[in-house]
Amino acid sequence: MTRKIALAVAWRSIHNFLSNPAFLAPGILFPLFFFTAFAGGLSAISNTPGFEFPSGYTAFQFVFVLLQSAAFGGVFTGFGIARDFETGFARRYLLAASDRRGIVAGYALAALVRSLITWTILTAVALVAGMEVGGEGVELVGLYGLAILVNATATMWAAGVAMRVRSIQGGPLMQFPVFLILFLAPVYVPLSLLSGWIHAVASVNPVTALLESGRGFISGDPTAVALAFAIGATLPVLFALWARGGLKRAEAAG
Amino acid sequence: MNAALRTQVGQLARRSVLRTMRQPGQIVPALIFPLFLLAVNSGGLKSATDLPGFPTDSYLTFALAVPFMQGALFSVMNAGTDLARDIETGFLNRLALTPLRGAALLSGLLAGAVVLGVVQGMVYLSVGLIAGAELAAGAGGALVLVVLSVSVTVAFGTLGLFAALRTGSGEAVQGLFPLFFVLLFLSSMSLPLSLLQTDWFHAVASANPVSYLLQAFRSLLIEGWNLGDLALGFAIAAAIGTIGMYAATRTLKTRLVRT
Repeated sequence: MTRKIALAVAWRSIHNFLSNPAFLAPGILFPLFFFTAFAGGLSAISNTPGFEFPSGYTAFQFVFVLLQSAAFGGVFTGFGIARDFETGFARRYLLAASDRRGIVAGYALAALVRSLITWTILTAVALVAGMEVGGEGVELVGLYGLAILVNATATMWAAGVAMRVRSIQGGPLMQFPVFLILFLAPVYVPLSLLSGWIHAVASVNPVTALLESGRGFISGDPTAVALAFAIGATLPVLFALWARGGLKRAEAAG
Repeated sequence: MNAALRTQVGQLARRSVLRTMRQPGQIVPALIFPLFLLAVNSGGLKSATDLPGFPTDSYLTFALAVPFMQGALFSVMNAGTDLARDIETGFLNRLALTPLRGAALLSGLLAGAVVLGVVQGMVYLSVGLIAGAELAAGAGGALVLVVLSVSVTVAFGTLGLFAALRTGSGEAVQGLFPLFFVLLFLSSMSLPLSLLQTDWFHAVASANPVSYLLQAFRSLLIEGWNLGDLALGFAIAAAIGTIGMYAATRTLKTRLVRT
């Protein structure tokens, strides 16, 4: 039964964003834009002393943008949940669903489909732009596997906020912490080239391990894989608890 | 300016300034978001100063120009959203019943952008200097920096007014933010033009007026008094402001149809 509820919610969400360019376009255009700006505008950074990344700066930035798009796929889905509460549709979901966890699962499935579309386009553009891929099959599966875990984490975070605030005015609250934690990681250069406070923060930021592992996968030199997947697997579980709390708040609000 | 026009502009300017000051939702993001990006980028891209030809050994000083541009982009949203709200709530229609002149309306609405520009300029500069950035042009340069900040903020504010008058929708004005954000990112925001290696990116950034506005700010911070860069920056701000004001005035004429 839960599966049927999840599929129904996912189908509606997917239909909504696929049939409305205003919902679909930002999720696709923003990652492409960041990829273009970072890979194109900052390529000289790869000439700084100590910067060593065998697959080149385009691949280096591709991994960041891939994980960023994964996170924002979840955040944009959170916007959709908030909109459903504003229009009253989510309350109809709450009334109709026998197992309400299926509602959250449905939104998570929709977030994944949304991100898969973005990743397909982003990967195609990166390859056309000349991105070098040193990793092989299993390593690339690892890279996209990390992206799926990031997507699930961000979806659960945004769903938790959306179900607590139940208004699109909660958008900045969903978006800003995600933006913050992503940019407090080694975005432009490897961790070893950071210094000062940003190095200290990036060293304890869990996104750093995900980024470094992802970059290891794409260059065919797997790095910190166990740590990255341990973090990647733990975060969705923790934020699922956060989302469950949000669901209970929404239920209590009626 | 005759007395009637002065009164009209004064009243609308007062309203615009008060409205801006009473909305922390407008001021806070315009101050916090650019400073956050400054902190992150100046930390993350510090090693760029090791590149041969980089104009300074302090990336913070180089990057301090960027918040001034981001603040100006926020003024598009703020000025435009305020006017769009006046259209949506029917306030503009009520103004149309008065003998108010179009020029007074637009000039008055930009007063909020001027105040925001002054506050932004002073906050960005103070935070930057406290954090360790250099200001090669000295105290006089600080004044010119704030004046340039206000000029650029007002120039972009006119584009916000035009967008609001054209669409009549606050949501549509907000939708312009990504477009202006693209303008910023496709400029010499992170590296000087001479160090942009990707050919197409170098070409786009070279044709992007934002690169030259950034250079005007940077000239005061890094070089001291480079009159050529400063003149170009002020000229571009004036050109954007003139085009924006002209477009907004033309569009206002169709909005303020008196019956």
